[in-house]
Amino acid sequence: MNNREVMEERNEAKTLFGFWTYLMTDCVLFASLFATFAVLRHNTFGGPGGAELFNLPFVLAETLILLTSSFTCGLGMLYANRGFKNISLALFSVTFLLGASFLGLELHEFHKLAIEGNSWRRSGFLSAFFTLVGTHGAHISAGLIWMIVMITRVNLKGLTPRNLQRLKMLSMFWHFLDVVWIFIFSIVYLFGVI
Amino acid sequence: MFASLLGKLNTDALPKDLVTAGGAASMVFALLAIAGFLTYKRRWTWLYREWLTTSDPKKIGVMYIIVALIMLLRGLGDALMMRIQQATSVGAHQGFLDANHFQQVVSAHGTIMIFFVAMGLMFGLINWVVPLQLGSRDIAFPFLNATSFWLFAAGMALINLSLIVGEFSAAGWLAYPPLSELQYSPGVGVDYWIWALQIAGVGSLLSGINFFVTIIKMRAPGMSLMKMPMFCWSVLGTMSLVIFAFPILTATLGMLALDRTIGTHFFTSGGGGNAMMYVNLIWAWGHPEVYILVIPAFGVYSEIVATFSRKPLFGYKSMVGAIWGIVFLSFIVWLHHFFTMGAGADVNAFFGIMTMLISIPTGVKIFNWLFTMYRGRIQLTSPMYWFFGFIMLFTLGGVAGVILAIPPADFQLHNSLFLVAHFHTMIVAGVVFGYMAGLTYWFPKLFGFKLNEKLGKYAAVCWIGGFVLAFTPLYILGLMGATRRMDHYDASLGWQWLFIVAAFGVGLILLGVGFQILQFIVSIVLRDNHRDLTGDPWNGRTLEWSVSSPPPKYNFALIPKADKIDAFWAAKQDKSASKTPEYEDIYLPKNTPFSMIIAGFAFLVGFGITWHIWWLALASFVGIIASIAIRTSDEETEYRIPASEIKKMETAA
Repeated sequence: MNNREVMEERNEAKTLFGFWTYLMTDCVLFASLFATFAVLRHNTFGGPGGAELFNLPFVLAETLILLTSSFTCGLGMLYANRGFKNISLALFSVTFLLGASFLGLELHEFHKLAIEGNSWRRSGFLSAFFTLVGTHGAHISAGLIWMIVMITRVNLKGLTPRNLQRLKMLSMFWHFLDVVWIFIFSIVYLFGVI
Repeated sequence: MFASLLGKLNTDALPKDLVTAGGAASMVFALLAIAGFLTYKRRWTWLYREWLTTSDPKKIGVMYIIVALIMLLRGLGDALMMRIQQATSVGAHQGFLDANHFQQVVSAHGTIMIFFVAMGLMFGLINWVVPLQLGSRDIAFPFLNATSFWLFAAGMALINLSLIVGEFSAAGWLAYPPLSELQYSPGVGVDYWIWALQIAGVGSLLSGINFFVTIIKMRAPGMSLMKMPMFCWSVLGTMSLVIFAFPILTATLGMLALDRTIGTHFFTSGGGGNAMMYVNLIWAWGHPEVYILVIPAFGVYSEIVATFSRKPLFGYKSMVGAIWGIVFLSFIVWLHHFFTMGAGADVNAFFGIMTMLISIPTGVKIFNWLFTMYRGRIQLTSPMYWFFGFIMLFTLGGVAGVILAIPPADFQLHNSLFLVAHFHTMIVAGVVFGYMAGLTYWFPKLFGFKLNEKLGKYAAVCWIGGFVLAFTPLYILGLMGATRRMDHYDASLGWQWLFIVAAFGVGLILLGVGFQILQFIVSIVLRDNHRDLTGDPWNGRTLEWSVSSPPPKYNFALIPKADKIDAFWAAKQDKSASKTPEYEDIYLPKNTPFSMIIAGFAFLVGFGITWHIWWLALASFVGIIASIAIRTSDEETEYRIPASEIKKMETAA
């Protein structure tokens, strides 16, 4: 190995470590929003609370779609690591479609709440709800944009080391969002309905 | 139609009163003067190629420090205005500022000094020193680092723009709601504050990740963590704090922005909001922030005291332990900023005791520095002057802090000038003195010549004396019941003479600043008289002194081995002859304008939201995403310096 290759390898190690660190900062960001939600969840200001608003089967469908997308993302990564470009691309495309459907369902839920007069302006509880779930949704959107960019790039240039490294980061990001969603599902929706 | 395209922005936003107009005019004039000078000297291309697009942390450090020093002048201007107002606005005499304007000045002073002076000096020195001390050629993510700097600059530009277009926040440096909510602050001031901090804060967060990874992953061979220079340890501690604390700031500012722009109810007085939650969140970031600022300054003192005492740092392991003790404790003391919230005796007692506990690791550090000097051959250089000022004043300020940590005492002292005097002692004597010392200490490394020692000593003495004169009266006034952010008071209180003394203190500090400006000018003009040809002007101990001054852009032609604490000192003692070096190709990051472009878009996003110019905010946001996508599709971000060229450069030196 020449100097350049050694450097590339070190670069990958430190980039992945750096991305992990970034994910931890994102974790703190979500923790702040969760804490806010916990403080404000009973501040309904005369408006409806979670029990009246949340439709659990609907949210369960969202959850299953997102979990499946994480699964296809994981498979896509495994194939990418072994150099199967086309299968990997197909799996990431499926991931994208699942992610987009999740986002569509979430926007549908938001829209329904808003037209029924229960938007973020209604109460502290709803402000915290929209912001926490919406921040997750914004991350999902960023992930979807990133996925389009990566699918295009892998398609054009193949599974180069650099593309592979970026796919690794993308899949870390996607799994991280999945974990955050599990917390949202339990803390916001399940506890909200109790 | 046209009006709606500009949101809330119209000609009413231009300054109307004399003081603001003067400030704005002098700022515009200074910018025009600089632009004119650059055009006259035909230096625009040079500026763009060598500085604005650079990815070299040494140059980025220089830019951080230049911005921070300019902002220091602005912050001092604000301080002077406050001191004059409080010295004159007594009884029948109204001062030269009205109440709202005075509150804007107070808010701007705090915000600028913390975010754009202290943070700027800190990141500047870290950029200069950390890679060199680690024996590394670069930092982990050079492009990200440049972007951090430009985001910092964008935040700075936004806050200064508020002086010319619109107004600044009058809600204090932390903008407590409900005052900072739309209902009570309907103008654009708080929005400027939010977006300046949000943009600069994201930059700081990215820097935090960057230097954390750099220190963990890029140390020279042989340099285990427990052999790192103490400054690097302090940076590692601080960057861990940045990583954990800054996301809280991002979230909190985000929620306040949502309250003000789309009508959520996080912190509003009605609608089920909870203002005290903001105060909790902002201090859950804010208290660690104070330590983020001071821990690297502690690192600077550790390097300076060891170097100028000609002894290894006393109690290396206990120093490391103290840093991490402070890092840990800083997250469980935030409530001491608002004992008066009424959380109850048990909660207040817990936070009071935790706060007092911080004096233990801090005390360990103080004693370690004292023991380092004990029986050392102390050289009274100007960095040591700053250090002596620090150790006296910081200890006193710390004692005042322990008094404030007692909840019943705090109920009396809360929001008084006693508190103001306390935290200025910590931040001016602790942080600013530390970075001034560090600036003097590492200046020859970066520029190849020393700063004038005599003028540096004059400056330090004026700062220290001026500080004592300016803040001792504030301690006394606080005990007498004077509250902070007070634009007028009754003559019968008998406070005026103390405020006048304090104003003279600021005058003395300004004299110190004058000496510093003179110091820079004299040192630059007469630089041939005190060039540092050895690369080791202070007889230093750590690796940054092993390379030439200024260092080559790749820092180290050969990556050094560092298997001892104070590796360079050990190498100097070991006189055995070195082998002929074998050079290798070195890869360095290319210059790129994208950092500046991304930050430029971020600035426009902030400006657009502040003035409700939605199309601008949206378009600029798309611009950020597009710039990132374009930049990341560039596969050739590095260039190669061949070994032969390095050999040529190294043997020529």
